[in-house]
Amino acid sequence: MIEAQLPAIVLLLTLLAAPLCSMLHNGDDAWKLAMFAVWLSVASAIGLMMQVWNGGTISYQMGGWPPPWGIEVVIDELTALVLVLITGFGALVISALRESLRTAMRSHRHSLYYACFLLCMAALIGITITGDAFNVFVFLEISSLSTYALIARGRDRRALVAAFRYLIMSTIGATFILIAIGFMYMVTGTLNMADLAQRLPQHTDNRIVQASFAFFTVGIAIKAAMFPLHYWLPGAYTYAPKATTAFLAATATKVALYVMIRFVFDVYGVEFSFNQMRLDLILIPLSIAGILYGALTAVFQSDVKKLLAWSSVSQLGYMMLGIGLLNTNGLTASITHMFNHAMIKAGLFLALAAMIYRVGTSQLRDLAGIGRTMPLTTAAFVILGAGLVGVPLTAGFISKWYLITAALDKGWLPLAVLLIISSLMALAYVAKIIDVAYFKPVPDNHQNVRDIPVSILIPVWTFALLTIYFGIDARMTADLAERVAQTLLSVAS
Amino acid sequence: MTTSTLLILSLVIPLIGGVLLSLQSNPNTRDTISLVTATLLFLVVLCIYPSVLSGSNEAFVLAEPIAGLAFSLKAEPLGLLFATIASGLWILTTIYGMGYMRGNKESHQTRFFLCFALSIAGAMGIAFAGNLITLFVFYEMLTIATYPLVTHKGNEDARRGGRVYLGILMFTSIGFLLFATLWTYNLTGTLDFKPGGILEGYATPTTALILLTLFAFGTGKAALMPFHRWLPAAMVAPTPVSALLHAVAVVKAGVFTVLKITLYIFGTDFIAETGAGTIILWVAAFTLTAASFIALTKDNLKARLAYSTVGQLSYVIVGAMLANAAGIAGAAMQIAMHAMGKITLFFCAGAIYVATHKTLISQLDGLGHRMPFTFAAFFIGSVSIIGLPPMGGAWSKWFLLMGAADAQQWILIGLLLLSSLLNIAYLMPIVGRGFFRPLPAEDAAQTPAGTIQEAPMNCVVPLCITAAGCVVLFFYGGVIYDYLLPILQTSELAGTNSE
Repeated sequence: MIEAQLPAIVLLLTLLAAPLCSMLHNGDDAWKLAMFAVWLSVASAIGLMMQVWNGGTISYQMGGWPPPWGIEVVIDELTALVLVLITGFGALVISALRESLRTAMRSHRHSLYYACFLLCMAALIGITITGDAFNVFVFLEISSLSTYALIARGRDRRALVAAFRYLIMSTIGATFILIAIGFMYMVTGTLNMADLAQRLPQHTDNRIVQASFAFFTVGIAIKAAMFPLHYWLPGAYTYAPKATTAFLAATATKVALYVMIRFVFDVYGVEFSFNQMRLDLILIPLSIAGILYGALTAVFQSDVKKLLAWSSVSQLGYMMLGIGLLNTNGLTASITHMFNHAMIKAGLFLALAAMIYRVGTSQLRDLAGIGRTMPLTTAAFVILGAGLVGVPLTAGFISKWYLITAALDKGWLPLAVLLIISSLMALAYVAKIIDVAYFKPVPDNHQNVRDIPVSILIPVWTFALLTIYFGIDARMTADLAERVAQTLLSVAS
Repeated sequence: MTTSTLLILSLVIPLIGGVLLSLQSNPNTRDTISLVTATLLFLVVLCIYPSVLSGSNEAFVLAEPIAGLAFSLKAEPLGLLFATIASGLWILTTIYGMGYMRGNKESHQTRFFLCFALSIAGAMGIAFAGNLITLFVFYEMLTIATYPLVTHKGNEDARRGGRVYLGILMFTSIGFLLFATLWTYNLTGTLDFKPGGILEGYATPTTALILLTLFAFGTGKAALMPFHRWLPAAMVAPTPVSALLHAVAVVKAGVFTVLKITLYIFGTDFIAETGAGTIILWVAAFTLTAASFIALTKDNLKARLAYSTVGQLSYVIVGAMLANAAGIAGAAMQIAMHAMGKITLFFCAGAIYVATHKTLISQLDGLGHRMPFTFAAFFIGSVSIIGLPPMGGAWSKWFLLMGAADAQQWILIGLLLLSSLLNIAYLMPIVGRGFFRPLPAEDAAQTPAGTIQEAPMNCVVPLCITAAGCVVLFFYGGVIYDYLLPILQTSELAGTNSE
């Protein structure tokens, strides 16, 4: 009975908990409620994953209204993976959030903050599971607004500018997507994604459909912070309150990427997107430029938060590139990296938040000797950093392996060389942090810095251990991604 | 016990030993644990011999994250030889290290022995890796585990050396080795080490040439010029670490990797047919000559030995690239013989430092009478490195010359002989100074003539053992050759099959 309702439950848990949280005045109570809702949705996400494991698809009608009139919820393996990503990593971040917020803002604001957080999470879940194009837009807006509030809560005054910048960019993106959806509706008369997928192929020569594709691509590229539309990302990540960045880095851009895969492959179709509109011609050069530019900028940052943010720009390039390569290995790499990078970056930002919690800043020079004062946190940071570089036996290696294999499959040796070079750059910026953390003397005013409370340490180490686990057992990530990639690519060809 | 259990044990023992010793606060208990671990490991490695001699080579899969890309272990003759050298010399290095570190009152001794144990685990992993990717993982593990050892002193000099060390090794391994690995996987769909190679039929001669060049340069630990700078830079480390780097694990891991790739990824016949080794052969020939010349100019004892190592490693590469039975035999033997010879020399250099705090060759005048055991051992080690009977080094040089003759590389023979002469020129004067020059006046004034002032027993005994080992190896050269025969024959058998 309850299994059948899981698609609704996974969304409603967080969506309903959000307003309840805002009504609670005690921050601790709100946190407990949020924890309860979030961990239950993790359980439902895993339940859904088990239902669709090995290629099943669930179609759920919201309120019993059949599509295309009602809103359809569609869950396949890819959806389930992204759901686990959002709920699982969000839950880990929220577990660490209480301790982390304590120093960041006054306690009566906590409950509102949790409400925003839950709302953002609900919106992301909504985007992921919905089978209705207009619904995607609605949830995108909810996620943007709540994210805006989350970023603006940063202590630094510059957080306001960053939040405003994010709001502008994100609104432009959402508007473009709305226009794209409107155009599609004009031509086909439906908003249901499955219906759209059936009807659009008859209209491929229609200028309106082509324009809608262009609007959609630009709009989602802004959301996914694809180079050169990444303008909002470094600021938003840098000035958002500590642990929030971990959640945003893990989920927001990944969900945008998921929407892109869904629309480009399922709704518009591979044939239209790549053979007619030549999306690959845009994706490949831009993503390569993004990979190199992001990594290079990261190498020269002196603020670790900024460094990690720029590394995200670079890593998002990997995912775009995998889509652009348009072969099974490439798409597998994209989907796997979506998951792996979410995990690694969330862990890194959380570990960094823990360091800021003790040291107060994220400037590189202030982290000198932190390997000795906060050994456990820094050790986790090193493992996650290794994952970012793509060291074997970490999750990052698996996705990079697929990506380079995809480049070689195409016979593009220079691209493989470029990817290796970008890995070396990643090594450079991670090594820069490790060098400071372990081999610089501890400043006098940091002598009393200790490791963080267990409530933050456990989530940080969970991320670190998961990074190793998914580097050894890639059944849930790479194998699933490979099946999904095969399905996505075989639909049209 | 089955072979796979033993293989796992060989990885786990140093790890557990490392963890146990790092929990100890009492230095005596800690050092005992080190020693017991080293001995246990050596015994485990010896226990693997029966199954390898009987010719079984089952791979043992640890994990398989991507289909066709497993982390697996496998025992085969060459790897076992390397493991024996590394684990055997680890025992001696541990004893020596205890004496050296205490004699010099070094700090952070626990971290030192922990990283040492981790390095050995890495070396065991390299020795028993069942495929290229496993080898790569352990190769990187070895790099990272040795980094704190290199920077042990913690001063600016040590850090600079450490940066060069890590920078070059990481850059070459990720930039070239990993890339070549990926390329190989893309061509063949497998990375398993197979007798006779996996590339034949998949790679054109040009691809093979590029790949082998990438592999050889990518193995930065093999110290081919121009990627040899890390080895002299790592000289800032304490002497037991230098012994570890030069003899026990690191550089040997490098040349072993090249040899293993030559044999089991390319196959000697494939290299001979395609001429894939041409570039590296001459790079190695250049390296071994140039390094000997540079060694001549160094007054710092450890720097001279470091450049000597750079040169000696290239002998192994030359042997591998010759890709004939004699060349491979020479290369494999050179790994063993040079390990024994060079560890003796480094133990001696360390013993001199512990006893007198002297680091320059020009300061060694007359020390031979003060430290007769050390200098005698140094002499024996030198002769072995040069390659003269009755020392083990004679065999490897002999087979390498035979290999070069088989391949009709007359210029190469000339270079090898020239290099031997240069070896004499840079090693023998050190011994000569020790025995035939008088002590400087102020030193002689302090102590009466004829007193013996050796380093602590912990330092002197290991170096005497390794010096004796150099002699013993000469008489067991035939045994090693017979042991290596299966690998050599495989390549020849594969050759007859393809013809």
